[in-house]
Amino acid sequence: MKNLTILEAKKALKNKEFSAVELTRHYLNRIEHCKSINAFITTCADNAIDSAKKADELISKGQDLPLLGIPLGIKDLYCTKGVRTTAGSKILENFIPEYESTVTQNLLNNGAIFLGKTNMDEFAMGSSNATSYFGPCFLPYCKSTNTEMKLVPGGSSGGSATAVATDLCVAATASDTGGSIRQPAAFSGLVGIKPTYGLCSRYGMVAFASSLDQAGPITKNVADAAIMLNAMASYDVNDSTSENVKIPDYKSVLGQSIKGMKIGIPKEYLEGLNNDGLNLIEEAKKWLTDAGCNIVDISLKTTPYALPAYYIIAPAEASSNLARYDGVRYTYRSKQFNNIEDLYVNSRSEGFGEEVKRRILTGTYVLSAGFFDAYYNKALKIQKLIKSDFQQNAFNCVDIILTLTTPSTAFGLEEVGKMSPLEMYLNDVFTVTANIAGLPAMSVPCGLSGKDKLPLGIQLIGNRFDESNIFKVAYVIEQSANFEELKKNIVWRKEYEQ
Amino acid sequence: MNSNLIKGWEVIIGLEVHAQIATKSKLFSSSPTEFGADPNNHVSFYDAAMPGMLPVLNTHAVDQAIKTGIAVNGKVNKISRFDRKNYFYPDLPSGYQITQMFFPIITGGYIDIILQDGRNKRLNIHHIHMEQDAGKSVHDMSPSNSFIDLNRAGIPLMEIVSEPDMRSSYEAVQYVKSLRNILRYIGACDCNMEKGNLRVDANISIHKPNTPFGNRAEIKNLNSTKFLGDALDYEIQRQILETESGRKIPQETRLYDTHTGETRTMRSKENADDYRYFPDPDLKPLILEQSRIDKIKSELPELPDAKKKRFINDYKLTEFDASILVEDKVVADYYERAVNASKTPNKSAKLIANWILGELFAFLNKENKNINELLFPIEYIAYLVDLIQDKTISGKIAKTVFAEMIETNNNPRDIVKKLGLEQIQDENVIRQAIEEVLTNNPKQLEQYKAGKTALFGFFVGQTMKALQGKGNPEIINSILREELSK
Repeated sequence: MKNLTILEAKKALKNKEFSAVELTRHYLNRIEHCKSINAFITTCADNAIDSAKKADELISKGQDLPLLGIPLGIKDLYCTKGVRTTAGSKILENFIPEYESTVTQNLLNNGAIFLGKTNMDEFAMGSSNATSYFGPCFLPYCKSTNTEMKLVPGGSSGGSATAVATDLCVAATASDTGGSIRQPAAFSGLVGIKPTYGLCSRYGMVAFASSLDQAGPITKNVADAAIMLNAMASYDVNDSTSENVKIPDYKSVLGQSIKGMKIGIPKEYLEGLNNDGLNLIEEAKKWLTDAGCNIVDISLKTTPYALPAYYIIAPAEASSNLARYDGVRYTYRSKQFNNIEDLYVNSRSEGFGEEVKRRILTGTYVLSAGFFDAYYNKALKIQKLIKSDFQQNAFNCVDIILTLTTPSTAFGLEEVGKMSPLEMYLNDVFTVTANIAGLPAMSVPCGLSGKDKLPLGIQLIGNRFDESNIFKVAYVIEQSANFEELKKNIVWRKEYEQ
Repeated sequence: MNSNLIKGWEVIIGLEVHAQIATKSKLFSSSPTEFGADPNNHVSFYDAAMPGMLPVLNTHAVDQAIKTGIAVNGKVNKISRFDRKNYFYPDLPSGYQITQMFFPIITGGYIDIILQDGRNKRLNIHHIHMEQDAGKSVHDMSPSNSFIDLNRAGIPLMEIVSEPDMRSSYEAVQYVKSLRNILRYIGACDCNMEKGNLRVDANISIHKPNTPFGNRAEIKNLNSTKFLGDALDYEIQRQILETESGRKIPQETRLYDTHTGETRTMRSKENADDYRYFPDPDLKPLILEQSRIDKIKSELPELPDAKKKRFINDYKLTEFDASILVEDKVVADYYERAVNASKTPNKSAKLIANWILGELFAFLNKENKNINELLFPIEYIAYLVDLIQDKTISGKIAKTVFAEMIETNNNPRDIVKKLGLEQIQDENVIRQAIEEVLTNNPKQLEQYKAGKTALFGFFVGQTMKALQGKGNPEIINSILREELSK
């Protein structure tokens, strides 16, 4: 049962090599064994075994569903009926939703089994998983040059990445507001896709920045990402920003020829890259040229403005979205209060962590009278410019944009405290553009850093609702890079090896 | 010359009318809007602002706002947007109210009112926007705790914002009455002020003509036209007194105390909250197709002004009578039903109006009832008038029939038959009665013949008395004249 992909697990279940209950028990045991890695905030063993029994029944009747009997990890910002949902925050420490998010309901309808809720940066605000109230989690890997130092899995979907990388589940859900799927996927040597804004419903997802948040999967390979995304995506009348588009079968496009496809490499994303990064881009160019693609040098001049715009728009929306956590209803409530004002102030002061408070304050500031035009309105104008830059200077002439996912590999947990907030925000520099423009983007693992032998990811950005072309190109890169072999060079932390 | 000046001061009034949109469900959730449910029984996960819950716009509420915009001659904007107004309050679970701050659904429009001197005045509307209502804090159930009822949270409202065009409390009251009338006609708002369906915020200031406007006070939450008028009258006097005493009017929000009839400071505008408005990222811009607007326009019912003009033209009613009849759509509809039930609608229309506005309204007022609470069909009024028109009964007997009708709820035709109230038309019967009267009053007959013709009325009265009041007066007159000239 080691390191199964969805397809492998499904085949074995069908051939009765093991039952869904056995597979689920295996993962529950492994989660328990690897408890110290802190990938899960909550596990739901009883629910999981119940679902597995049902799956076994259906399998024995010869039924098939895309995820029938597949144990998953669920990022703890998806509301799951009857199962605690914390968003990594003390303020929701005891919140048990009475409803199921659309994405997780879709997964359940596809036969999936939920093992538990994965760790994350508080309210998805962070790039290291270190802002979680439930403590950081870390990679099962280490630098080949330093086997002591714990490495961050990235964030905010750090728990999902850790869980899949450590093989505590077959695949996991994640979410991405500025890079929260792709950066952890890149750090962990996994595939992660943030689809077009509006492809997946946000109903029942704890909101961070509504206009940027998107659901997506973190998986062991491209084919699994295709299966997961198909299962998660749907038009939903409960989410007014969800788009009613025809969703293709992404798995069916894998292996299709990409001959003649134009791949754009924006020069702004190459500036300041280290040799590992530059080498990987060169390799990727070669793989794609060999597959018959044309490589086109492009320029997206608005790129430097994406990160500042992001750190205005996202906190602005967050400052409003997080107002509901006020100590009055389902949240943590301070014991110290004499009036309603105290109740708000103390509950929120005690319930929110430092990074969340920083962003609420930033957001409140940029929306306040007198600053609104200088910050928020200007950021919206920049957003418009970035969107049109992508259309005019990229998708007018190329099919897919190729960049690195992150400028560097996973960094040490101990470095987190030494970094300024701004240094931390730079993690998102290559990923935020896709959120700002609402475009689909995937991180594909395809190389290791020369010295430390840590994973590096390539990011593929497509035009709106053109996930199919991303999947096609990603599959070619995956095959050419032969990451399955490369991965063997990564040094594991002994206690988590299988 | 401005006839509205008070001690040389001109009054400037603008109104914000909050009208609850008549819909079955809330603006962004499927919770019912019904009034009077037990606390927190009409609350969805969205209304309680549970994590991850999203707004879904009620399209019927949008249609109602479009309808209102068209009815008040406003421009329906094909693109409008929803914004968040952020503030913390226990009865506002999400910490923000969804409203339309920057791009409202309706801009412009006007309402015509009639001034005391009979002239028309056009009062302009600045815009109409949609927004959610907040919940309710309950402070009087316990000495130490407050409670929250979220049944009202998310109820759809239209805020109808006028230009500062009103120059007296009378104009303000007329504006609200006309607006209320229109809203009821089109069914966009029930306008039940006791249930809080219609609440008015009044902005008021005074200045000397040809000088800049003064600082304004906003009087919040006036929930009847009487309170509106009284509060404005008080505030006008207060502002004049303050200013003439050399004190400055501060920009502030005031409350009207219905017990004392006074307004008092609620909060100063100078340290006003910063609501941090911004577009709601959970909702796309509201884009309206022209075909949707056209369809709503084509389905719009006849509005009060048009109906009044038609009543005057078609039914030959006076402006005054027509105004009263159209003031309440239910009354107007009842009136027209009655007219249509008459055998001779055009001939009876005016008489039916007289009966409704006279006898029927007197009865309803006495009983404190609405016209739709009558226990007999309104068509009976037409039957009664028809009986007069075809001379089955006289106008005088009709009052007896009406009294019997409101007592028993019986058809006037049956009442007339049952009580034998039909007018006597038979010339032989009348002639016989007249002959008897003349025979029994020889003295008067002699005097009449001698030239005292004023006794004609005496003979009519005696004949009518002999016929128990049911004789046809015209026939009596003509036969009597004939007999006396013999």
